[in-house]
Amino acid sequence: MKKKLYNETIYRLLIVVVAVLSALLVGAILLLIAKANPLKAYYVMFTEPLSGKFGLTEILVRAAPLMLVGLGIAIAFRSGILNIGGEGQIMIGAIFGSFIALSFPNLPTYILLPFVFIASFIGGAIWGGIAGWMKAYLSVNEILSTIMLNYIAFQVYMYLIRGPMIDPQEVSYGTGVPQTALLSKNAWLVRIIPASRLHAGIIVAVILAIFVYFFLWKTTIGYRLRAAGAEAKAAKYIGVNVKNYLVLAMLLSGGFAGMAGAIEVCGVHHRALESISAGYGFSGIVVALFGGLHPLGIIPASAVFGLLIVGADMMQRSVTVPASIILAIQGLIILAIVSSQIFFSNITLKEKIMIKLKLMKSGDKDDS
Amino acid sequence: MILNFIIGIISAGIPLAAPLLLAGLGEMFNQRAGVFNLGVEGIMLMGAFVGFLVVLTVGSPVLGLLAAIIVGAIMGLLMAVVTVKFKAQQGISGIGLFMLGWGLSGTLFRVYVGGITSIDGIKTFSFPLLGKIPIIGEIFFHNNILVYITFLLVPVSWYVLNKTAWGLKVRAVGTNPQAADTLGIKVERIRFQCIILGSMMAGLAGAYLTIAQTHIFADNITAGRGFIAVALVYFGKWKPVGIMWGTLLFSLAHAMQRSIQVYGINFPYEIAVIIPYLLVIVVLALSYKSQQLGPVALGKPFIRGSRE
Amino acid sequence: MPEIINKLEMRKITKKFPGVLACNNIDINIKSGEIVALLGENGAGKTTLMNVLFGLYQPEHGEIFLNDKKVIINSPRTAFSYGIGMVHQHFMLVPNLTVLENVALGFISKKIFKLELNKVRTKIDEVSKEYGLSVNPDAYIWQLSVGEQQRVELIKVLCLGANLLILDEPTAALTPQETDELIVLLKEMAKKDRSIIFISHKLNEVKAVSNRVYVLRNGSLVYEGETTEHSVSTLAEKMAGREISMPILKEKSHATSPILEIKNVFAKGSMGTMALEGLSLTVGKGEIVGIAGVSGNGQKELADVINGISHIESGQILLNNENIANKAPQKIINKGMGYIPEDRMHEGTIPSFSVKENIIMKDYCKAPLSKSLFLQDKIIENYSKELINNFAIKCPDNKTACASLSGGNVQKVILARELSRKPKMLVAAYPIRGLDIGAAEYVHEQLLEARSENIGILLISEELDELLDICDRIAVIYEGKILDVLDRDIATKSKLGLLMAGIKDEKKVI
Repeated sequence: MKKKLYNETIYRLLIVVVAVLSALLVGAILLLIAKANPLKAYYVMFTEPLSGKFGLTEILVRAAPLMLVGLGIAIAFRSGILNIGGEGQIMIGAIFGSFIALSFPNLPTYILLPFVFIASFIGGAIWGGIAGWMKAYLSVNEILSTIMLNYIAFQVYMYLIRGPMIDPQEVSYGTGVPQTALLSKNAWLVRIIPASRLHAGIIVAVILAIFVYFFLWKTTIGYRLRAAGAEAKAAKYIGVNVKNYLVLAMLLSGGFAGMAGAIEVCGVHHRALESISAGYGFSGIVVALFGGLHPLGIIPASAVFGLLIVGADMMQRSVTVPASIILAIQGLIILAIVSSQIFFSNITLKEKIMIKLKLMKSGDKDDS
Repeated sequence: MILNFIIGIISAGIPLAAPLLLAGLGEMFNQRAGVFNLGVEGIMLMGAFVGFLVVLTVGSPVLGLLAAIIVGAIMGLLMAVVTVKFKAQQGISGIGLFMLGWGLSGTLFRVYVGGITSIDGIKTFSFPLLGKIPIIGEIFFHNNILVYITFLLVPVSWYVLNKTAWGLKVRAVGTNPQAADTLGIKVERIRFQCIILGSMMAGLAGAYLTIAQTHIFADNITAGRGFIAVALVYFGKWKPVGIMWGTLLFSLAHAMQRSIQVYGINFPYEIAVIIPYLLVIVVLALSYKSQQLGPVALGKPFIRGSRE
Repeated sequence: MPEIINKLEMRKITKKFPGVLACNNIDINIKSGEIVALLGENGAGKTTLMNVLFGLYQPEHGEIFLNDKKVIINSPRTAFSYGIGMVHQHFMLVPNLTVLENVALGFISKKIFKLELNKVRTKIDEVSKEYGLSVNPDAYIWQLSVGEQQRVELIKVLCLGANLLILDEPTAALTPQETDELIVLLKEMAKKDRSIIFISHKLNEVKAVSNRVYVLRNGSLVYEGETTEHSVSTLAEKMAGREISMPILKEKSHATSPILEIKNVFAKGSMGTMALEGLSLTVGKGEIVGIAGVSGNGQKELADVINGISHIESGQILLNNENIANKAPQKIINKGMGYIPEDRMHEGTIPSFSVKENIIMKDYCKAPLSKSLFLQDKIIENYSKELINNFAIKCPDNKTACASLSGGNVQKVILARELSRKPKMLVAAYPIRGLDIGAAEYVHEQLLEARSENIGILLISEELDELLDICDRIAVIYEGKILDVLDRDIATKSKLGLLMAGIKDEKKVI
C-alpha cells in the first residue's frame, strides 16, 4: 500500500516536471525570437530573486495577491464554474476598498482595515456574482461573460480614478495621473520586514488559505459547493439548489479577488492607481491550476509564480527582454498543465508509462 | 442631417464588422466540429502583429496577410494538439493560448518595433461602377478588398458546410463523433482541419485590424474582439448568415458609439467604450435558448469506445 | 460490394483493459444464413468481443478468418469493407442530420467535395424495398421514434453492404410487438443468406430467434450449442455459473394502509410537453408496486416529481397523508422518502467523491454527522466504516473514489445509504440494470427485506421477470398514465406486454 502511494507520487511529480519543462522549452524558443539568450534569461529569472533580501521579499509581495486570486479561482473551479474575471474583480474590489479608506481616514486601523477588506470583498463579489447569476439562470458561458466584465471593469475603474475619485493633488498640479489620493496611514498594511515592501498582507493571505481549506472540506456549505461542481445531477438529487450555489461560488471567488485588490491598495501602493491588477487575474489562474485547485497547494504555487514574476522584471533589466514575455510563458504553462491531465485520467496510458518507469528503475532485469 | 448620420453609421459599421465576421466564421468551423476555441483573441493579436511587422519591413500587404495566416495556422496547430490529441479542457486551453498570443505579441512589438509607427497597408477604394450609385454606393462599395472577400466568405462557408462531403463530416463530428467514427470518418483529423482553418481565419482577421483598418499596432489592439466573435457564433446559431447579421448588428452599435463621441454628445469617454462589451453580455443572455440546437458534442473530447 | 461471407471465425481472441480481462481466449464462428446468439450478463464480454470484430478495438491475441483467409480489422471502415456491419445499443446516428445524410456519411470517408446524395437516396430505396423497411429519407433523426431509428440503423448498415450483421441488445428499447417484428425481419434476412450475430441477455428472445448460442461469462466462453437443445433455465444457469435462485415473493401482502398516494398528476417533461397526464397510483405500507412500461412513457418524470426534482402542474402527491408535491427535495428526503435513481453513476453518487462522502450524501447536514455547519469527521468515519461492513461493499477503503467501484458496489453504496436511513417509502428505478446476477440477487433480497419492515416500495423496471418475481402488484405506465394495475396472481407477460403497447381490453387506447 505504501509502495503504491510512493509510486503514485513519483508519477505525479514526474508528469508535472515534464509539463513545466516543456513549457519552458517552448519559452526558450520564444526568448530566442525575442533576441535574448534563453539560458542567461532563465538563469536570471530563477536565481536572481532568490539572491537577496529585495528579491525574496518581493516574491512574497507578489505571492499575497496571487494566493488570494488563486484561492478564489479554486473555489470557483471546484464548484463547476470557470472564473476568468479576476482582473475586473480586483479592480472593483480595489475601488470599493479605496472608497471606504478615503471616506473614513480617521478611523483607527483595527476598525478601518477590516472594513476596507470587507468592502473590497463585496465589490469583487458583486462583479463575480453578475457572471455567476447569468450562468446559473441564463446559461451564459461564464468565460465569455467574465472576460467582458473585465473590459467593462477596466473602463469603470479608469473613469473613477481619472474623474470623481482622482487625487486632488493631481488636479491642482495639473499632472492628471489617474490615481486616487494617498490613503491615510490608518489604512496601510504594516510592513513586516523593514526597508522592503513586504507587508502583513501575506499573513492575511495564508490565514485565508487555511480558512478556505476548512470551508470547502469541513463544512456543510463547502460540501454542497463541491457536490454542485463535481456532479450537478447528483447535487440536485440531494436537494442542493445548484443554481444558487453557482452564484455563491462566483460571489466567493470574486470576493477573494476583490480582497487581492485591497491588499495591493493597502499594502503596496497605498492608493488605487492604473495598473493595480497587474495581470494577477490571469496569473491567479495558473497558480490555482499549478496548486491542484487545493489551498495547501496554492500556498507554495503562489510563491513559485511570485518568483517568476519578479524574475521576469529582473530579466528585463539585465537581458533587455520585455517582462511581458512572462505572460506568454504563463500561457504555455497553462497549456502544458491542462495537456498533462490526460496522463492522470487515461488509465491505460498511465499504466503503460508506469511500467516503462519501473523497467527503467530496475535496470535491464526484464524477463517478460 | 439624420440621413447623413445613418449613412455614416452603416458605412462605418460594415468595415468594422469584417474582422469580427472573419474570426466568427473561423470559430464557426471550430465549434461545428465540436471544439470551443477561446484562444481566438490571442491568435488575432499575433496575426495583427506579424502582419504589421511584415508590411513594415517588406512593404507588401499581401505578404503581411500571408504571414498572419501562417502564424494563425501554427497557433491553431498548437491548440489542436492540446485539445484533440491531449484532450485537454477546451475553455482553459483557450485562455492559455490567449495569454500566449497576448504576451508574445506585446513582447515582440517592443523588441522589434518599439514605438508608434504606422504603415500604408491596404486602402479603401471605390468599387468600379457600383461605387457611383447614390447612397447605396457610398455605404456598400467604398471599402477595402478584404471587406468584400470577408462578406463573400459567408455564402462560401455556407456552401462548404452544407453542400460538400467535408462539410457533412464536420457537422457529424460535432454532434455525434462516435457515430462518425463507426462510419470510417477520422474524427481527430477533421477536428485538426477545422481548428487550423479557423485559426488561419483568425490570424487574417487580426492582420485586417493593423493592415487595413488602423494601420498601426499597439499592445492588446484587439481589445476583446476575438471573444466577441466567439459570443456572436452562439448568437448566430452556428450558421454563416446568422453570424453575419450578428456581427453587422454589433458593429452598427459600435459605430454608433463612436459617432456619439464625434458628434460631441456629452458622454464620458469610458462609459461609451463600455457599450460594445455590455452589448455582448446582452447578446449572450438572449442567446441562451439557442444552445440546444447547436453542436451537441461541443466541448467534449472524442475518445473511441467511450460510452459517455 | 464486399463478398458474401460463407464462414467467419474468431479464434482465441483475448482483449484486456486496465484491471480487466474482457475477453479470454474466445473462439466463435458463424456461417451464412445462420443466426447466432451471444448470451451473457452485463460485463460478460459480449459487446467487447463484437467491438473487436467490428474494428473498434484491437485484441491482444487472436485472429479473425473470413472465408478461411486471415483478415485484420483495424477500423470500422475496414469491417464494412469486409461486409461486417454493427448496430449498437446506443444508436450511431447524428440527431440533427436527416436519414439520407446519416446514411451518406458512410460513403464519403474518402471524399472532400462531391456529395452525391441522389445516389445514396436510390440505394436506400433499393434496400427498403428488398427488406420491407420503410423510412422517410428526409426526416431528421431527432424526429423519429426509437423503433424508427433502429430501422434507419439497419438500412444504413445494409446500404453499406453488410452481409454479417451484429446487433447489440436490439430489443432493449422496443415494445414486445416491435420485438416480434424485428425477429421476423431477422429470420427473413437469414433466409437471404445474411448472417446475424445477436447479442442479448434476454433468454426468451434468444430462444425465439437463434440457431446456435454461445454463452459468455466473465470474459470466457463457457458454453456453445444448438439453441433447440436447451431450455431457458439451463441457459440461465450457464450464464450465471450456478443455479440461480432469484428471490421471489412468497406471500402477497394483505390490505395495507397507503403510504404514497399519487392523485391525478400532470407534469411536463424535459421537452416541454406533458409527460404525465393524469397519473394516479397508490402504494401501501409493506408492499412492492412495480411500474412496467417501455422507457419514455413517463417513468423518469414520475420518479422525479415524487422526489421533488421536478414540479407538477396539477394533482397531489401524498406521503403519509401529507402533500409533498412541489416541495424541495431536502424536505421530501426528511419526511422519509428514499430514492435509488436510474443513473447510479451521475445521480445516485458523485463519482469523484470518496465512498465515505457518498454515504453521507443525504444526512451530512444533520446530527450527529454534523454540528451546525461543521462536519464531524470522526463520527462520519465510523459511520461510513460501519455501513461498508454491513452491506459488504467491496472497496480498498472508505476514501476510494466511487468512480473506481464496480456497478454492483456502487449500487450497494446507494442501498446502504438509502436503507440505513429507515425511509417510509422507497422509489427504486431500474435497480438491477447492468448488474451481474450475484449483485442483482442481493438487491432483490434487500428490497424484500425492506418490504417486510413495512416500507412501501415503488419499483420501476423494464424487466418483466423482475417485476413478476417480487412485486405485489404491477402497474403499467403508458403515455403518462397508469393504464392498469394487475395483481400478482393474475399478471402474465402477455397481459403486461399488451398493456405496455397501449392495448387495454383488446382495444387500442388512443
